[in-house]
Amino acid sequence: MAVESNVIDAAGPYDRAKALSAFKLGDLTFYWITRLSAISVLLILGGIIISLIVGAFPAMKEYGISFLWTQRWAPSADPPVLGALGPMYGTLVTSFIAMLIAIPVGLGIAIFLTELCPQWLRRPIGMAVELLAGIPSIIYGMWGFFVLGPFLANTFQPFMIKIFDGVPVLGAIFAGPPSYLSLFNAALILAIMVLPFITSISVDVFKTVPPVLKEAAYGVGCTTWEVVRSVVIPYTRVGIIGGVMLALGRALGETMAVTFIIGNSFRISSSIFAPGTTISAAIASEFAESDGLHQSGLILLGLLLFVLTFFVLAAARLMLLRLEKKAGK
Amino acid sequence: MNFIKTIVAAGLVAATTTAAFAADITGAGATFPFPIYSKWADAYKKETGNGLNYQSIGSGGGIKQIQAKTVTFGASDAPLKAEQLEKDGLVQWPMVMGAIVPVVNIEGVKPGEMVFDGETLASIYLGKITKWDDAAIKKLNPNVKLPSEAITVVRRSDGSGTTFNFTNYLAKASADWKSKVGEGTAVEWPVGVGAKGNEGVSGNISQTKNSIGYVEYAYAKQNKLTYTGLVNKAGKPVQPTVEAFQAAASNADWAKAPGYYVILTDQPGDKSWPITAATFILMHKEATDKAASQEAIKFFRWAFKNGGKAAEELDYIPMPEGVVTLIEKTWAAEIKS
Repeated sequence: MAVESNVIDAAGPYDRAKALSAFKLGDLTFYWITRLSAISVLLILGGIIISLIVGAFPAMKEYGISFLWTQRWAPSADPPVLGALGPMYGTLVTSFIAMLIAIPVGLGIAIFLTELCPQWLRRPIGMAVELLAGIPSIIYGMWGFFVLGPFLANTFQPFMIKIFDGVPVLGAIFAGPPSYLSLFNAALILAIMVLPFITSISVDVFKTVPPVLKEAAYGVGCTTWEVVRSVVIPYTRVGIIGGVMLALGRALGETMAVTFIIGNSFRISSSIFAPGTTISAAIASEFAESDGLHQSGLILLGLLLFVLTFFVLAAARLMLLRLEKKAGK
Repeated sequence: MNFIKTIVAAGLVAATTTAAFAADITGAGATFPFPIYSKWADAYKKETGNGLNYQSIGSGGGIKQIQAKTVTFGASDAPLKAEQLEKDGLVQWPMVMGAIVPVVNIEGVKPGEMVFDGETLASIYLGKITKWDDAAIKKLNPNVKLPSEAITVVRRSDGSGTTFNFTNYLAKASADWKSKVGEGTAVEWPVGVGAKGNEGVSGNISQTKNSIGYVEYAYAKQNKLTYTGLVNKAGKPVQPTVEAFQAAASNADWAKAPGYYVILTDQPGDKSWPITAATFILMHKEATDKAASQEAIKFFRWAFKNGGKAAEELDYIPMPEGVVTLIEKTWAAEIKS
C-alpha cells in the first residue's frame, strides 16, 4: 500500500479531467489514422477503375458487348478487329487446370505436414514450400521454358496423346502435336506457383484445430484419414477456401511466367496442348508498341480481368456463405 | 578516411561538372537501335563531353514522346507517312539499318544451306505448307535433305518493328498474305507460337526441332542460328551479308521519297537482301529548345561520320554515303536554329 501512495505522490496532483481528455484525443487520432488508411484503399481502387474505364472507353464504344465473344484479334486490320474471347478462355482454362492440380497437392502437403510428418522432416519441407513462394515469377518462366517445357513436349504429352487417341472428348482435349509452349504447360507452372499459398495457409489453419477435438476422435477409434476428413477439414474450411482464393487470384493475374510458356496465340483450340494466351500475357506482350484503338482494346482487356477476378472472388464468398449456412453456423 | 574523402570529392566534382557543362540531349523510342545509340553516345561523350540520354521504350512510345515534345528526338523502326510528319511539324530520316533473316532448326541443315522465296515463306506462315518435305520447299532446295516432319512456326508475341518489316515483306511477296493477314507491329497470326523478343524467338528456334522463325541478323549471328538465304525481287538467291544489306539501301529511291518514307523490304537490285530495315529519327522542325535540337544534330552528324565501325561491330549496317549526303541537306533546309 505504501508503495502505491508513493507513486501517486510522485505523479503530483492528479488531474482526472486532463488525463481523460488526453486519452480521448489520442484515441480520436488513432481512430482517424486507421480510418484514413482503410479509406485510402477504396480511393486507390476507385482511381484504378476510373482510369481503366477512361482508357478503355474508345474500344468499348467501337466493339460494344460483342468484344466478349469475338475470337478474332487482328490489331493490324483497318480498323482493328479485336475480341477478348481467346485471352479470356486462356485465363480461365489455365487457372482452372492449375487449381485442379494445386488444391489436392497443396492440401496433401499441408495434411502430411501437420498430421503425419515425423518431427525432423517438418522444417525442411515447410521451408521448401516457403522458398517456392519466394522464387520470382520470371525464374519460373525460364525454368518452364528451358526444363519443364521440353520434358512435357518430349515425354508427357506424346504419352497422353497416345493414350487418349480416339476417345471422344478426351481425345480432342489431349490432341497433338506436342509443343513445349502450351496452355497445359502454363497451367502446370501456375499450379507450382500457387501451391505455397494453399499449403502454408492450410498448415496455419490446421494448427488452430483444438487438440482436444482430434484426441476425442482418435479416442473413439477414428483413423487418421477419418480425423482429417471429419474433424480437421470441416473445422478449418473457411481458412482453406481463403487460401484457395488467394491462389486463384494469383493464377488469374500471373503474367511473366505465363507469357514465357503459353505460346501467345489468340486462337482457341480444343486441345490443351495447343498454344494460347491469357489476358495479362496479351497486355504485357502488345502494350509497348500499341496505339489508338489497339491500346484501348488492351486496356479494356485489363478492365475485363479486373471484373473477372471480382466475380470469381464474389462467387467464392457466396459459396462460403452457403457452406456456412449448411453447416448451421 | 582520406581515401574515402578523395572519392567523395571526386564524385562531387564529376557531378557538378556534368551538370554545368553538358547540354544533355534526350531521346526515346525504338528498342532495336538501343545498343548502337548507347555505344555512340558513350564515344561521343568521351570526345566532346556532351551526353545523350536514350530511353528504349518502343517505337510507339518514341513517336508519342516526340509529338508531346518531351524529348529532343524520337526514334521509330517504322517511318511515319509524309502527311503525318507535316501535321506534327516533324522531320524524319533513317539513322542506321538492320536486317531480318529467316532461321530454321532442321537436323543436318547448316547456316546458308537453304533458301526461301517470299511466296513460300508466306505459305509457311499462313499454315498452307505444314511439312518440311513440301514440294514448294523441295523445289527451292533440291540438294537439301528435308525430313517429313511438321513445321513448328515461331513468331514474335510482342509488338515489334521486326514483325512490322517481316510482315511488310510477306505482304509484298504474297497477295494471299496481304489480304488475309496484312502488315503491322502485331498481326493476326494464322499459325504458330509466339515468343517474346528476338531473344525469345532465337531461344525457341534453338530448342525446337523442325522449327522456323525470323530474327534480327545480329541475333542469328551471335546465337549461331541456322539462317537461310532468300530469293530477292530480281529473282536471285542472296545470302545475308553486310554487302547485300547495303545494296538494298543503296538501291532504294531515297531522293524521291518524301520524309524518307522508304520501307527497305523487297528492294530492286541483283544483290539486295529482301528484308532490310532502317530505323528512323524524328525531330521537330521548330523545336522549343533550339539549343538541344542543334546539339542533337551535331551528335547525329558525328555518328554518321565516325560511327560506322562501331555499328558494324554490333552487326548494324551504316547508311550508305549517298543517303547521308541527302540527310545532311535535309537538316540544312528544314531544321531551324
